[in-house]
Amino acid sequence: MSMHTGMTRRLALAAGFGAMMAAAPALAQGEIKLGAVLSVTGPASFLGDPEKRTLEMEVEALNAQGGLLGRKVRLIVYDDAGDANAARTFATRLLEEDKVTAMIGGSTTGTTLAMVPAFEDAQVPFISLAGAIQIIQPVKKWVFKTPHTDTMACEKIFEDMKKRGTTKIGMISGTDGFGKSMRDQCVGVAGKYGIEILHEESYGPRDTDMTPQLTNIKNKAGVQAVINPGFGQGPAIVTRNYRQLGITVPLYQSHGVASKQFIDLAGPAAEGVRLPAAALLVADKLPDNDPQKKVVVQYTADYTKKTGQPVSTFGGHAYDGFHIWKQAVERAKTDNPAKVRDEIEKTKGYVGTGGVVNMSPTDHMGLDLSAFRMLEIRNGDWTLVQ
Amino acid sequence: MPELLQFAFSGLTVGAVYALVALGFTLIYNASDVVNFAQGEFVMLGGMITVFLHLAGLPIPVAAFAAIVITVLVGLALYAFAIDLARGSGAVQIIIITIGASIFLRGVAQVIFDKRFHALPAWFGSDPIRIGGAAILPQSLVVLAGAALIVALIFLIIDRTILGRAILATATNRLAARLVGIPVRRIVALSFALSAAIGAVAGLLVTPITLTSYDVGTLMALKGFAAAMLGGMGSAPGAIVGGVLLGLAESFGAGLISSKYKDAIAFLIILFTLFVRPQGLFGKKSTERV
Amino acid sequence: MERLLRNRWALVLALALVLAALPLVFPSNYYFRVAALVNIFALAAIGLNLLMGYAGQVSLGHAGFMGIGAYAVAIGASRFGLNGAVAMLAGAAIAGLLAFLVGRPILRLKGHYLAVATLGLGLLISMALTNEAGWTGGPDGMAVPRLELFGTRLRGPDTWYMITAGALVLGVILALNLIESPTGRAMRAIHDSEIAARVVGVDVAAYKLKIFVISAVYASIAGSLMAFLNGHITPDGTAGFLRSVELVTMVVLGGLGSVLGAIVGAAMLVILPQALTIFHEYEHLLLGLIIMASMILLPRGVIPSLLARLRGGGA
Repeated sequence: MSMHTGMTRRLALAAGFGAMMAAAPALAQGEIKLGAVLSVTGPASFLGDPEKRTLEMEVEALNAQGGLLGRKVRLIVYDDAGDANAARTFATRLLEEDKVTAMIGGSTTGTTLAMVPAFEDAQVPFISLAGAIQIIQPVKKWVFKTPHTDTMACEKIFEDMKKRGTTKIGMISGTDGFGKSMRDQCVGVAGKYGIEILHEESYGPRDTDMTPQLTNIKNKAGVQAVINPGFGQGPAIVTRNYRQLGITVPLYQSHGVASKQFIDLAGPAAEGVRLPAAALLVADKLPDNDPQKKVVVQYTADYTKKTGQPVSTFGGHAYDGFHIWKQAVERAKTDNPAKVRDEIEKTKGYVGTGGVVNMSPTDHMGLDLSAFRMLEIRNGDWTLVQ
Repeated sequence: MPELLQFAFSGLTVGAVYALVALGFTLIYNASDVVNFAQGEFVMLGGMITVFLHLAGLPIPVAAFAAIVITVLVGLALYAFAIDLARGSGAVQIIIITIGASIFLRGVAQVIFDKRFHALPAWFGSDPIRIGGAAILPQSLVVLAGAALIVALIFLIIDRTILGRAILATATNRLAARLVGIPVRRIVALSFALSAAIGAVAGLLVTPITLTSYDVGTLMALKGFAAAMLGGMGSAPGAIVGGVLLGLAESFGAGLISSKYKDAIAFLIILFTLFVRPQGLFGKKSTERV
Repeated sequence: MERLLRNRWALVLALALVLAALPLVFPSNYYFRVAALVNIFALAAIGLNLLMGYAGQVSLGHAGFMGIGAYAVAIGASRFGLNGAVAMLAGAAIAGLLAFLVGRPILRLKGHYLAVATLGLGLLISMALTNEAGWTGGPDGMAVPRLELFGTRLRGPDTWYMITAGALVLGVILALNLIESPTGRAMRAIHDSEIAARVVGVDVAAYKLKIFVISAVYASIAGSLMAFLNGHITPDGTAGFLRSVELVTMVVLGGLGSVLGAIVGAAMLVILPQALTIFHEYEHLLLGLIIMASMILLPRGVIPSLLARLRGGGA
C-alpha cells in the first residue's frame, strides 16, 4: 500500500508538473522575451486588464514592423489576480522557466513589493506599474516604475487648494493599498502646504454606500474641501453620495480616477470634481505645442480602436514601461539584462503618456510635478484647469 | 437627529440587498440542506446581463426580463448538472461544489462580459428626496419596495398555495414528503430557480446605486450568508431581519464608531448574538438525534 | 494492503522518500518554489483536516491563523529583533492562545453557525492586519527579514523546499500520532455523534478546544514558513477570506479525515493555477469546473474515494 500511496502523490505531482512543462515553451532562438505579471483579474483587474491589452497591442505592433534589433519580441503574461503570493510564484516562473530578460508589471504596490526580491536576486530589470513611493525609495538597483507617486498627486492637489485659499479639509479614503498609501502620503505632506485635515473617514474596497462617512464629514464644521484617495468603483460611489447629501464644498478625486469611465459611472454627480491626472486623459484638449500631444493622441486612437474601450492612465503606464524598455534595448543593442538596466537608468527626455521621463541612478521614476495636470469635470468632460 | 436618519437610510438600502441574498440562501437550504455559495453570482448575473443586453441595444425592461430568465436557467443548470449529481454527498462537499460553481460563473462572466465596472440608469432619476434633513435616492425606495414585494410574494406562495405546502413539507422532512408523493427533486429544482430569480432581481434593482462588475458576487455571498446565519438558517423572516440588521450595523458602525472597522463591528454583533442564541435570532433550536 | 494502509509509518516513509526524491527531477528553482508552497499549504490543510475531518468542526477563518504566523515572523524580526525561528514559535504560541481563548464560546456553535463565527474571526484578524499599518505596513504588506540559523542566512527556494518538506513530514507524524491516540479516538466519537460521545463520558468541549488549538498552531507555522519563503507578505495573501476558503477546499477536495488527502488537495490547488495558465482567460472557468467535477466524481475527496474504489475492485 505504501507504494500505492507514494505513487498517487507522485502521479499527481508529475501530472501537474507535466502540464507546466508543456506550458513552458521550447527555447526559441532569437526571440527577445519580455515578462509581465499583472492583476488581470481580481480586485485590481481594472489596472491589470488595460495594462495587459496595452502590452499585447504594443508588442504586436512592434513585431509587425520587424521586431526589436531584428528579433521578434515574445510577451509572456501571467495573471496574479491581485494575490502577492501568486505574483511571487509567477515572478520565479518568468525568471527560472521562461528566462525573460526584462519584466514590466506588478499592477499593485503589494504584488510589486512581493516580486522585488526575486528580480533583485536574479538581476533582471523590473519596471513596475504601481504607485507607491516605497517601490523606488530607497532606490533598488533593478527596479523602476512608470506611474507618478501618490505623494505627487497629494502635492498637486494641495497646490491647487493653496491657490484657492483652502486650508481646512476632510478626507475619505479607501482601505485598499492604493487609497491607504495615498492617504498616508497626503497626511505626510499636508503640513508643508499649510493644510489641516479636520476629519478623516475610510471605506472598504467593495463598499457600496459611503453616505454615513460623508455625513460625518458634512457635519464637521469648517471643512472647505474634501479629498478622496481611492481607485476602482469607490470614488464613483463617493462622488454620487457626495451630491446625494448635497455637500457643496469642492471634491478632489485622485489620479486613481484614471479613465473616462469615472464620468460615466458617477454621472451628473461628477460635475465640478477636480483631480490631478496625466495628460493622457485630455489628449484632445492639449495645445498643439504640448510635447506629449503626439504620443497621447496616438495611443488613445490605437487603444480605442483595438479594444473598443476608453483609455485609462493604467494602460498608459504599461505603454510607458514598454517604450522605456524598448528604447533601452535599442540603445544597448542587446537584451542583456545588465546592459538594458543601465540604459533604462539613463533614460532622458522620454516623452510618454505619463509625462517626460528623466531617470538617474538616484531616481528610478524620473517624473516631476509638471507631469500632472489639474483637471475639472465640466459638462460631462474633462477640462484643463489653468 | 438628521444624521441618524441618514445612517438608517443607508443601512436599510444596503440591508435590503443582503436580505434578498439571505432569502435566496434560505430557500435553497430549506428545500435541500444545501448552502449555495454561488448565490452572489446570481446577483452579479442579474446586473451584468441587463447591462450588456442594454448595451447591445435592448430597452432596459426587456434586458432586465431576459436577465432574470437567463439567471433562472443558470440556477436550474447548477441544480441539474452539479447539485443533483452529487445527491447523497455530505453538506461540506456540496458547499465546495457551489464554491467551484461560483469560481466557474465568475470565470465565464469575465470572458463573456468584461472586467470593468458598470452602472444602470436609476429608474426615477437621481435627484435625492429630502426627509427630515436626510437625503435618500429614489432608487433606494425602489430597492426597498422591490425587496418588500419579493418577500410578500414568497410568503404568499409558501402560505397560500399547494406548491408552498409542498416546499414546506420538503423542508420539514424530505423522506416523509417523498412518501406522500411530493416530487422532491422538482421542488428542490424550483427552489434553485426561485433563488436565482431573487438574486437576479436584487442585482438589477441595486446596480443603479452600487454599480456592478463580474466579481461582485463574492462579497454578496459572504454578507448574505452572514445575514442568514444571524437571522437563523432556514428561517425566511430571519433572513430578512438578519439582512436588514447587518446593513444597519454597518452603516451605524461606520457613522458612529469607526469606518475602518465597520465590518468588524458588524461581525462582532453577529458573534455576540450567536453566543447568546446559538441558533440565530429566528432559528429553531436543533436537537441532535442519536 | 489494507493492513499496510493502516500502518502510519509506511505512509510517513513513503512521503519522506517522495519528498527526498523530488529534487532529483526538479529542473529549476521554480519547481522548488511550487513544491515548497505545496508543502506549506499541505501543512495548514493537515491541521484544518484534524479539525474538520476528525473532530467534525468547520472553520472558515483558518487563514487568520496563517496570517498571525506570517506577521509574527515579520514583526518579531523587524520590530523586536527576534531571531526568525524564535518569532515563529512565538507566533504559534499567540495563534494557539487566541484559539484557546475564543475556542470555547465559538465551538459551542454548530455547523453553519460555527462556519459564520470562524469566518468572522478570520475577518477580524485580516482587518486588523490591514488597518494597523503602523505595525503591519497596511494593505501593501511588509518585508520579512531572512531567517538566520547558526550564522547562515537561509534563502532560495531549494533551501526552503527542504525546510518545508521537513516540517511537512514532522506535521504528518504528529497528526498521525494524534489520530491514533486516545484523543483521536475521542475526536472520531465526537464526529460520529456528539451526544453519544458525551453519554459515554467524553469531555466533548475540552477535546474540540484541544483540536482547535492544534489546528491553529499548524496554520500559524505554515504562515511563518510562507513568510520566510516569500520575503514579503500582505494581509490578503496570508489571512484573507479567500485564502480560508482555499484551505477548506483543499481539505474537502483531498478528502476529509485523510492526512494524505490534505496533501493531495493542497497540491491540486497550488499546482492547478500554474498548469492552467496555458488557457489564458479561461483558467478561472476551468479551475471552477475541475473543482466541481472532482467533487461530483470523487464525492468523499480524492484519496478516500480512490481508496474505496481500489478496495472494492481489488477485493
